[in-house]
Amino acid sequence: MIVLPDSASAAIMSEGERAYPNECCGALLGSMDDSGGRVVSEILPIHNGRETEEQYHRFVIGPDDFMASEKTARARGLDVIGFYHSHPDHPAVPSDYDREHALPWYSYVIVAVKSGVSGDLTSWELDGDRSRFIKEL
Amino acid sequence: MPVTIQIPTALRVFTDRKSEVQAKGAIIAEAIADFAASYPDIKQHLYDEGGTLRSFINIYLGDTNIKNLGGLDTPLKDGDILMLVPAIAGGSNP
Ligand SMILES: [Zn+2]
Repeated sequence: MIVLPDSASAAIMSEGERAYPNECCGALLGSMDDSGGRVVSEILPIHNGRETEEQYHRFVIGPDDFMASEKTARARGLDVIGFYHSHPDHPAVPSDYDREHALPWYSYVIVAVKSGVSGDLTSWELDGDRSRFIKEL
Repeated sequence: MPVTIQIPTALRVFTDRKSEVQAKGAIIAEAIADFAASYPDIKQHLYDEGGTLRSFINIYLGDTNIKNLGGLDTPLKDGDILMLVPAIAGGSNP
């Protein structure tokens, strides 16, 4: 379960448009509520570590950037509870590549950016056996 | 060699919420395998179907990515600290 305030989804949509026709990516910073649900407080844009010519359909947040995002979250009294990225001119549905590279527990937010304009925004969590994503938003 | 392995938040569901665990091994590959044997549910997230460590799982010995050392064959000393650090990757299509 994820709670994504309008301010955070608006920020992700704007990042998706800024990066178009490439993919944007970043971390979701927030906290856990009493029932184990995740509440996003803010987003942390992270530069796409893939080669420029691959960024139209790929992103990577490398291990050093991953550690930096955890450090930033801790400094703000928050946790990294997931990640977001954009799908330029593709639907807001995880690809097989997304699933093969996903970790359990995190929320994965995807925004579809069609012809430079952000539209659908969804959120997903990897199923425990890695076979599929479960839609949470 | 007894070493400590630090676990990222997302994988602590498999380690009884522990942020670090102890493992044994003369080289890094052995310590990671020992750890995975103690927490079998974590295996599928660390290794692919062929038993190779997944490309997005990085291991740091102290502050150094083991890619810049001897990789999984890097020898360990008593008390070494290993950190599992994921890279986050994805994209829109195959
Ligand atoms: Zn994707």
